[in-house]
Amino acid sequence: MMLVLTRKTNEAIQIGDEIELKVLAIEGDQVKLGIHAPHSVEIHRKEIYLDIQKENNEASHMPENVLDLLIKSQKKDS
Amino acid sequence: MKIQTKYLGETEVSENHLLRFPQGLPGFAEEKEFILMDLPDGGVFQVLQSVQEAELAFIVANPYNFFQDYAFELEDASRVLLQIEKPEDVVVYVIVTVRDPFSSSTVNLKAPIVLNHSRQMAKQQILKNDLYETKTPIVQPKVIQKGE
Repeated sequence: MMLVLTRKTNEAIQIGDEIELKVLAIEGDQVKLGIHAPHSVEIHRKEIYLDIQKENNEASHMPENVLDLLIKSQKKDS
Repeated sequence: MKIQTKYLGETEVSENHLLRFPQGLPGFAEEKEFILMDLPDGGVFQVLQSVQEAELAFIVANPYNFFQDYAFELEDASRVLLQIEKPEDVVVYVIVTVRDPFSSSTVNLKAPIVLNHSRQMAKQQILKNDLYETKTPIVQPKVIQKGE
């Protein structure tokens, strides 16, 4: 379930005590948002966060022979 | 303490060497303790091994072995979380996605691991700039001395 709210330019929503999300400008299909949040809250563009998750997932599933590959790669430069 | 590892079997590790990731890593939010291990003949590569999950391990490296000009700004959020007080506290690693053949491996320069070695705390910081990619093709390492 998702809460849906309608806001105009310069209107905001408050999330908990510490997070404010404000609509700064609307141009065509682009919305410019301003966010006030404590340092401890990580804010990322969603697609970038998903990209990092995906890359971490891939990096944790190495080929079986990963150690051989690493060792061979070292020998090449000697 | 003894832990099970993905690449090196059962290994004895000192609790002083545990790295705490208070937020886990993106995709692995529950994994808060890791250990950094050298590989036999691994050269510039090391393993970041989860303490609680034997099957979870990343290959990591000092990015400056490959990319001498790599630079980014430490975010306030990282500095506060990791209790970083001075630049010398910080060590940076990047995760290597190893592929066969090795030359097709990539390095995640978009989300480096920032480590405060004086407090043994770390996080993966997602860079806000567009200079770096999650899949940067690996290059031949120029081996630098530790501490250089």
